Amino acid sequence: MMSVTQFAYSLAGGILIGTAASLFLWLNGRIAGISSVIGNLLFARDRLGPALFILGIILGAAIFYLLGGAAPVPRTGFPAWLLGLAGLAVGVGTGVAHGCTSGHGVCGLGQLSLRSLVATLTFLVVGILTTYVVRHIFGVL
Amino acid sequence: MNNIVTLIVGLIFGFGLALSGMTHPEKVLGFLDVAGAWNPGLLFVLGGAVGVTLIAFRVIRKLGKPVFSATFHLTDAKHIDAPLIIGSALFGIGWGISGYCPGPAIALFAAPNWELWVFVPAMLTGYALQYYLSRSPQQVTSDPEDISVCG
Repeated sequence: MMSVTQFAYSLAGGILIGTAASLFLWLNGRIAGISSVIGNLLFARDRLGPALFILGIILGAAIFYLLGGAAPVPRTGFPAWLLGLAGLAVGVGTGVAHGCTSGHGVCGLGQLSLRSLVATLTFLVVGILTTYVVRHIFGVL
Repeated sequence: MNNIVTLIVGLIFGFGLALSGMTHPEKVLGFLDVAGAWNPGLLFVLGGAVGVTLIAFRVIRKLGKPVFSATFHLTDAKHIDAPLIIGSALFGIGWGISGYCPGPAIALFAAPNWELWVFVPAMLTGYALQYYLSRSPQQVTSDPEDISVCG
């Protein structure tokens, strides 16, 4: 079960993510979709903006860990090939769908976009089914 | 000025991701694993974030133009097509296996471990595959920034 502190952290973190996405729209006029930012870093002509945004994300997380926040702990028994396959699926999938949790989830839902609602429900439902299969049928944790 | 601001906005985003627990795949999988010890944390993350964007986006769009750009680069596309569904489903498979979506995967550089060196190169390969396979010869000359529009 979640403690009250975890609940508060989740909510506060979510509010910060929403605030950053709103600032991004207000300042740059663009949707703060991470998959799009990565795509632009790789393929767009002007790479400085996307590079700085991604550097900011890394530094922001680093500051939280430096302040004593818990850093993610790597899994030990998780098959590397499966993790690689997942990375490939995330890259191709968010590229094809033009958005991920931030673009369709946080920003698209904020715009009341039907496309983003359909995208978000799709990756949530498929994510839940996939986790079930991986954990409870194949027993990978 | 524009560049410093972009860095700071990224910083807030990254701090928020780490604070929310989204950078911990076991928390994300704990949310997706409805048949296990369900962790509702992600609902609060998404609720907090969308709560802000729902209100702020409305106000911002009423301002007419953004601070550092001539216009808003937004789409009001409403069509539900196969790429949207298939792409999102594929993303759901990768997310459900790993517990990583693109932002938290990138944030792994702040606390690198073996999962970073497997997941991120694979994800970038996925973007490259999608990018080059989706470009027909006629499209090559079009503005690469067009790919940035989502939502």
